[in-house]
Amino acid sequence: MQDPVVFRVERILRSPWLIFGAGAVLAGALALALWLLFPLYKGLLADPFWFPILVMAIMLNLILSSTAICILAERKIAGFTQDRFGPNRVGFWGLLQPLADGLKFLLKEDIIPTQVDKPLFLLAPAMALIISLSGFAVIPWAGEVRWPWAPDTLVSTQVASLDIGVLYVLAVASLGVYGVVLAGYASNNKYAFYGGVRAAAQMISYELPLGLGLLCLLLTSGSLRLEEVVRQQAQSGMWYVFLHPLPFLLILVSSFAEANRVPFDLAEAEQELVGGFHTEYSSMKFALFFLAEYAHMITGSAVLVALFCGGWAPLPFSSWLADSTAWWALLIKLGAYLAKVAVCIGLFMLVRWTIPRFRFDQLMRIAWLSLVPVGIALVAGTATLTVLGLQRTWWACLGLNLVALLGMLWTAARSGRTVTGRQDDLPDIHVEPA
Amino acid sequence: MKEEDVLVLQEPRLTAAERLYLPQILDGMGTTLRHMFDLGRRQETVCQYPEDTREGRGELRLATYRGVHRLNKDPDGRVACVACFMCSTACPAHCIHIEAGESPWPDREKYPVKFEIDELRCIYCGMCEEACPVDAIKLTPNYELVGRTRAELIFDKAKLLQVFEETKAVKPRKNPAVTDYGLTGGQPRAVAQPNVERKV
Repeated sequence: MQDPVVFRVERILRSPWLIFGAGAVLAGALALALWLLFPLYKGLLADPFWFPILVMAIMLNLILSSTAICILAERKIAGFTQDRFGPNRVGFWGLLQPLADGLKFLLKEDIIPTQVDKPLFLLAPAMALIISLSGFAVIPWAGEVRWPWAPDTLVSTQVASLDIGVLYVLAVASLGVYGVVLAGYASNNKYAFYGGVRAAAQMISYELPLGLGLLCLLLTSGSLRLEEVVRQQAQSGMWYVFLHPLPFLLILVSSFAEANRVPFDLAEAEQELVGGFHTEYSSMKFALFFLAEYAHMITGSAVLVALFCGGWAPLPFSSWLADSTAWWALLIKLGAYLAKVAVCIGLFMLVRWTIPRFRFDQLMRIAWLSLVPVGIALVAGTATLTVLGLQRTWWACLGLNLVALLGMLWTAARSGRTVTGRQDDLPDIHVEPA
Repeated sequence: MKEEDVLVLQEPRLTAAERLYLPQILDGMGTTLRHMFDLGRRQETVCQYPEDTREGRGELRLATYRGVHRLNKDPDGRVACVACFMCSTACPAHCIHIEAGESPWPDREKYPVKFEIDELRCIYCGMCEEACPVDAIKLTPNYELVGRTRAELIFDKAKLLQVFEETKAVKPRKNPAVTDYGLTGGQPRAVAQPNVERKV
């Protein structure tokens, strides 16, 4: 009996040397081509118009392929936290698993249910992915660089240097929910629709703490340009996470919600909504949603790192490389940025496999009853410090955060209810001893 | 139950730190991190199946495991089944199909001409095993049930007898007292009629 195609494909995948060998040959050929063609494109590298386009092409591919690695990492971390090994069959240590996953998505049947709103149904996954990728435009990956062969031109590794960079990020991040809502609406399925509605409500709620946290930061930095925020942190060595730990926490929590990740993944909620907005999606369209989720997570992490963790600054409490524009500094800065983003993604994943999903009322209560009041208090406090000219003084900022934390503790101890609503309507029961 | 038997418990009030929820989250992340870097526990927990099996780790109780069926042979090498249809009647999944024929042997009236079990339909509940009066059908500890087609996994009499040959070393037939269809008065044949020659 002839083996089915799947078996033959699987046999090829099970011989990792072939794949790794092919990969090594390809990479070698690419490196050789880059080396030999260097005189051809070195003019482009030093050109302020073409360099950002090259950066865009490289970073887009890097991010799309790193989503595959992220998926493998997520499954590995899931396995490790649950005392399992995770995928370890395809390739060495499961390293070819993303390839197998991608192949599976490509080979699966692509179903479009008959009763869906077809244009929107097809648009939704594309929109989710496009929006989550467009946030990368303003990330200052590695500052500015002066190439040795063109010492008088300064080129930036940022694709688009916007005056309103932070606002752009905010706008694009909240547009991300459109894909989800459209998918829920177009699917003509109550579960999917409910997922979309949940996503929209959640997005509206978590925009607020996100905006409030950003306000604290912007009052401190005084600039909406991401590269300016990063440069300030790199030059002073005082990353804003050390000045503003609570706003950082606000934005971290909100970006979990924006990326639709556990504990805020109520839009998919497998147990209640059988997958939520992507219930009706199969094959590559489902894979696009998957990619979009991870791309969104990477964007969120990159923005968080740029705003609070010093962006490309390699070391905290030091201004090393802050003003350097050498090409080797570019590599170190890019490495530092990507490493920080990787740590942040690791945190996202660890949280996913630690905390259970919130109930919807808990989600709302956390946003409106705890994050928003804290955010408003912090904004008021930071505004006061700004008026006094103390907004970049570490003791003033940390003092403000400490006062806010104590206030939170005091309120928590005084109030009869918890943030998660567990003891919301707990009656006081008095039992006489028998 | 009386009124005073009811014990009313008050849910413990959360402390202020617990209400903030963040220390609890950090605590939980500590737990997951600890598990993440605990390679020893992982190796102890996971059975990497094709290389390592549960039998190999001594975790599978072979005596009670319910896997693929077999049809036992009696000591003379004949199929032990007497085609009484008890198993197919007891089967909740209706996966056993028997065609009975007149037995060529004097010690029983019927024997199965055909005996088929649809292994894909079976739910491995073991009720056939319990229903069988002559201990002919048994579930073996063999769980490696694979095939390329559905037809391949409808096991016929020959296949089920072959499974017996393969697994009798792991799980020998018990030969219960009821064997031999009432001729032995409820005792094993070796005890009831030790000197009687068996006619085939």
